[in-house]
Parts: sequence; C-alpha cells; structure tokens
Amino acid sequence: MFDDGTPIYRQIADQIKAEILGGTLQPGGKIMSTNQYAAFYQINPATAQKAFRDLVDEGVLYKQRGVGMFVAEDARDKLVGDFRARFFEDVLKPLIADARQAGISLPEIIDYLRAQEGALK
Amino acid sequence: MSFSVTLRDVTLKYGDTEALSDVDLDLEADKIYGLLGRNGAGKTTLLSLLAAFRRPTAGEVLVDGRPVWENAEVVSRVALVREGGDFDDTDKVEAAMKSGEIRPDFDLDYALELAEKFELPLDRKIRDLSRGKRSVLAAICGLAARAELTMYDEVHLGMDAPTRDGFYKALLAEYLERPHTVILSTHLIDEVANYLEEVVILDRGGILRHEPIETLQGVGATLTGPAGAVDEVVAGLEVLAEQRLGGTKSVTVGTELDAQSRERAAASGIELGPVGLQDLFIHLTEPDRTGA
Repeated sequence: MFDDGTPIYRQIADQIKAEILGGTLQPGGKIMSTNQYAAFYQINPATAQKAFRDLVDEGVLYKQRGVGMFVAEDARDKLVGDFRARFFEDVLKPLIADARQAGISLPEIIDYLRAQEGALK
Repeated sequence: MSFSVTLRDVTLKYGDTEALSDVDLDLEADKIYGLLGRNGAGKTTLLSLLAAFRRPTAGEVLVDGRPVWENAEVVSRVALVREGGDFDDTDKVEAAMKSGEIRPDFDLDYALELAEKFELPLDRKIRDLSRGKRSVLAAICGLAARAELTMYDEVHLGMDAPTRDGFYKALLAEYLERPHTVILSTHLIDEVANYLEEVVILDRGGILRHEPIETLQGVGATLTGPAGAVDEVVAGLEVLAEQRLGGTKSVTVGTELDAQSRERAAASGIELGPVGLQDLFIHLTEPDRTGA
C-alpha cells in the first residue's frame, strides 16, 4: 500500500492533499479519525496523527476540538498555489535535465507539449 | 492511564556475565514500542526485569513509577508473553486459557473469541499443539490479559505469515480500542515497523538507540553513482557500509543528508535511496563497529 522511500506519515499527508486537489475531499469536509486511518492502513495511530499535525501546520486542515479534523475552506486554492510554485522547479527542471542527457532538444519537447495540449482539449 | 516504564542504572549479572550494564530507559505510557537487538543483546533479560521475573543486580526498575519487584498490584497488570508461553504441557488449551483469570482484567470471552478466529482447538492438550498453535495460544493469553503493560517476546515464532498478520491486526485493534503500553520484541523488523511508534535498539547489554520510528527511518541514506562523486558527497559523514561495482559505488550513511548534499548528489548523477529499518539495524549493531 505504501512505497518504501517516503515516510508513511508523509504519504498519508500527500494522499489527503491529492484528494483535496482532486475534489474527493471538499472544503469544510470531515477527515476520518486517526483510529480509522490506523485501522484502515494497519499503522500506528501516532503515524496518522503526525500526518494530520503537519497538514494543520500547513493550513490545509483545521482541528475542531472534540469533533475532529476538517478541510480548510481555502485548502484547495492554497494547494493549487503551492503546486504552481513548485511545478517549474520540481517537475520541469529535472525533466529538462534528463532530456538533455538523452539528447532531446527543447523544441522537440515544446512540440510534444503543444500536441498533448491539443489532444487533451 | 496505562503503565510507563523507567530503568535507572540497571545492571543484571548472570554469574560474572553482565547481561545488562547501567541501563537507563524511559518509556511513556500508551505507546507501541519495538525492542530490537541481536541474539544475546539483553532483550529477554530486560523484559524479565519489567515483569518482575528477575531482580536487577543493581539499579531501579519502575513500572507506573513504582518499584515492580514483589509488587503484586503492579505485576498483576503487567503481562509478559514468552515464546511458546509458560504453560503446563498436560493442561488442555481451554484450561490454560482460564488460568489467565487470576489477572484482574483478564477477559475470557475475548480469549475464546480469538481462539475461534485463530482456529485453536480448545480440547487439545498443550503438548499436542504445533509450535505455531502454541505461539497463538500464548499471544491470545497476552491480548486477553488486557494488561496495562503487555510485552511480547518473540511470540511470532512458529506462526505462519497469515497467522502473524492476524496477530498484528488483533493487537492493533485491541490497542486502538484500549490504549496501553506494548513492547514487541522481534527479529522481524520490517514486518512490524508500521505498527510501532518508537524503537529501542539494545546492543551488548546497553541501549544503542531509542527514537521515534520516523527518526530511525529517516536516519540513513544510500548513495549510488560514479565512485568519485559519491566519495565527495559522503566525505565527513558516518559511513555504515560501502560496495563497488566497476566505476559505480554504493555507500550507506548513518546520517540524514542535508538539502545541500542532496542537491550536490542530484547534480552529479547520484541516485539517493532510503535505508530500510532492518538494514539500518544490521549496520548499527555490526559486531566490529566501535562505538555508535
């Protein structure tokens, strides 16, 4: 269920973020409890709690004492903004480095991207 | 609130041999701990002290802040499950289970429910059980004791993979329903890693590491790439292991890489990988390592 590289709490946090970005989790929506996460993924509840704590620190979730964890109203906008900020540095830069190593030119990549955009429309 | 554990300057000698030397350890209540160590590192000795099966040669062993030795009130709420259990071979399974009722919080209905789930034959004599079924019986007695501190010492021995999986699931379900302090002593490190909150590594009678599991899992890194570039990045870091394949070198370091080293590694075509808990444990407890 988890890959080996990344700590599990970070994988859970990333998954919650992906669900918010994808719309499965709506702003104001309630998150399952740490115990429900622990039982579902067969992990220590403290691990799930660590994921939640990080997401609260990032402003993605908020805690309502005695009730549970909820998705912040602006969580989706925030995550989209974060993603935009990271996209060029984290996604495109290494990709261009890889392409250069394989001798693929920038115009070739641009042509491909244009064609893809056409195909996706 | 369940039981915390405190050891202060604890030494235990068997004759002239020190099984534990000047051990200090603090375990908070309500967590699941993994106790790791090579054979002979002192794991069973440590657990025996916490269950008051043995008395330390020197030092203090406190459970719930109280000395555990000859303290019936504390001991009745501490369960140590040893490999194969401590059963009378001539007893029947059901009778062995019922003997758990001397404990104040033992839950016989829960024990019987688990016995059915794990297909334990109640009317069979203990001596006629397979090793795996005997371990299952021991594990069930540990779970049903509903103790405030429950310790499982290599209880998985003889259990097949589906049974071990069932045991871990039952243990987690019980823990979620009723938080209590759990110590799992095992050699199957990667198998239990996800269930643990903290890890204690014993080595040659002392505590080598005691950390939250994420800290240990984030401790090391494996760098694989052109030998010269790898050497440059790992210079000054704690190297646990290295191997070479032609011009490629793979080095395992025992420290987390900072952002700068990561960038340098990426720039020189070095692949970064995590170190599994089991590999890290093997490296950390390498007998010819000096210090740690």
